[in-house]
Amino acid sequence: MRAPDTSVTRRDLLVGAAGALGGAVLAGLPVSVDGQEAAAARPTVPADPTKLQGGVTTQVGTRSPFETPTRAPYGETVGNSFTPLQDLTGVITPSDLHFERHHAGIPAIDPDRHTLTIHGLVDRPLTFTLDDLKRFPQVVRTYFIECSGNGRAAYRDPKPDMTPQEVSGMISTSEWTGVPLATLFREVGASPKAKWFLAEGGDACLMTRSVPIAKAYDDAMIVWAQNGEPLRPAQGYPMRLLLPGWEGNINVKWLRRLELGMAPWMTRWETSKYTDPRPDHKADMFTFAQQPKSIITAPGYPREVKGHGWHAVNGLAWSGKGKITRVEVSIDGGKSWSDAEILGEVRPKAAVRFQQMWEWKGQETILLSRATDETGEVQPTRTALIAKRGIGTDYHFNQIVGWKVERTGKVFFHGET
Amino acid sequence: MMHRSLILLSCTVGVLMACGLSDVTPRSTAITSADYAAFGPMDGARLGLGRTPDKTALAAMDTDIDAEGATLPSGRGSDEEGKTLYAQQCAMCHAADGRGMPPAFPRLLGRDPKAEGFVFADDAKLPHTIGNYWPYATTLFDYIKRAMPLTAPGSLTDAQVYALTAYLLAEDDVIPKGTTLDATSLRAVKMPYFDRFLWSDEVGASR
Repeated sequence: MRAPDTSVTRRDLLVGAAGALGGAVLAGLPVSVDGQEAAAARPTVPADPTKLQGGVTTQVGTRSPFETPTRAPYGETVGNSFTPLQDLTGVITPSDLHFERHHAGIPAIDPDRHTLTIHGLVDRPLTFTLDDLKRFPQVVRTYFIECSGNGRAAYRDPKPDMTPQEVSGMISTSEWTGVPLATLFREVGASPKAKWFLAEGGDACLMTRSVPIAKAYDDAMIVWAQNGEPLRPAQGYPMRLLLPGWEGNINVKWLRRLELGMAPWMTRWETSKYTDPRPDHKADMFTFAQQPKSIITAPGYPREVKGHGWHAVNGLAWSGKGKITRVEVSIDGGKSWSDAEILGEVRPKAAVRFQQMWEWKGQETILLSRATDETGEVQPTRTALIAKRGIGTDYHFNQIVGWKVERTGKVFFHGET
Repeated sequence: MMHRSLILLSCTVGVLMACGLSDVTPRSTAITSADYAAFGPMDGARLGLGRTPDKTALAAMDTDIDAEGATLPSGRGSDEEGKTLYAQQCAMCHAADGRGMPPAFPRLLGRDPKAEGFVFADDAKLPHTIGNYWPYATTLFDYIKRAMPLTAPGSLTDAQVYALTAYLLAEDDVIPKGTTLDATSLRAVKMPYFDRFLWSDEVGASR
């Protein structure tokens, strides 16, 4: 056998053949190398990919076997899975990595049998098929959806070994296609007496939330597509309600019914859940908008900072109240702040990617980020948020978070801001 | 682009004050032909899409109970009947004493003295139970009917739902033991901490 650094080895030929036969190796199957398991099942590729033909075209693309981002945790009918923020760049969340929160599992729905009925305080109740909805003038918008419980563990009990995914992974951003709800309300002749509407999903808990009618005439949509293709089942296939900037739960998935009425229905999800206890021993209801928030996703535990010199510290910032107007980064634990660069277009109620170049000279420090939105609201420290809302508050955690960088380059979550 | 058009449309026609959420009262949904310029060439005020819903199908879906209980159905059930049903249908997830198996199967019952006073913001460990948290009794009927039991959602009769509602409320000392609930008596139930909940038609006004 020839030395491994020469251009073509027998193994390379086998690899090339396997690739040509359908990408079995590139699909990440364990490959034995010289009688040993490849270290950490690292995919095997040719020593020099320019010296043999590559894999064939395929029906559906896959990620490079070197890239294996995954949601976590998973496997629960009533539960959630978090987006791996540390593995992503830009602002769009790949659809198969959009966070999940289901209260009765993901229903299996035949789009040809699914309809949306709008009734109640309307001139003419109507039932729409998906094909009906697609005949209305469509809009394409980029918005985030964030679970209002996002950040709870980092708020209540911050721990050094939390990853960006664990700290804040229930935020995802997509390009959505659908019809403005205002258009449909005009079609049914919504009564001027209607002040709220009930949205009902077609899952096994028939998820219901009450929505103030004004949101319908502001920016609410019924969407059927996400990032250029039909919604994923986990995101509400074949149609969902999208209330930009508002807590995830109210963006009812698998939407089947809207009823217009005079007052909120006080469903389980807006009374026993999704209400915010206050330090004055009361509780706020219908606290819909997600507040300005940010997180540095690189660096972040458990990835180490490798090499002294310049690093592009970057992360995500978003606000459910409008556009992000400013993201500040501190490289000294909050003693000083400077404005980060915002990459790309700033859109209301969509995440932005921010960046701050940072020269690491081997010192121990803490990196933090702080977002401000167009209403002037500034992301608070954890201490300030606890003082205002109490440690036992249940939703809408937007405290400043960051990362402690040790002299060794090891990085740990810093949540006690 | 369309967003701006919508705002323009709304403000022009007075559909409502779409330029902000501060005033949420819609005045009229009438649309004039001029407004369609914002949406492109269309003829008339509607597209004429969709069909009139089948009355029976809509009635089968439309089971929601409003906060006042105006839409509560006929039927009745006692807490004793509910106790038996709970043991058969609910205890496997929510436990015999209502402690549940959080987080998937939430705790339902319990009047922990530490939680009385509604001090939930001070202590994240205090469980939110029916007796110490839920502001509306009608919510129990609505949710049990639409979503429970987990293995056969929507399978309970209205009488069974009244019975389970009565059992849970009686166990948490909201109503006396030996109570039978129907639409009228359930409407009259006031939850212990109803007055602690703040909300307004004006979105976000309570915070």
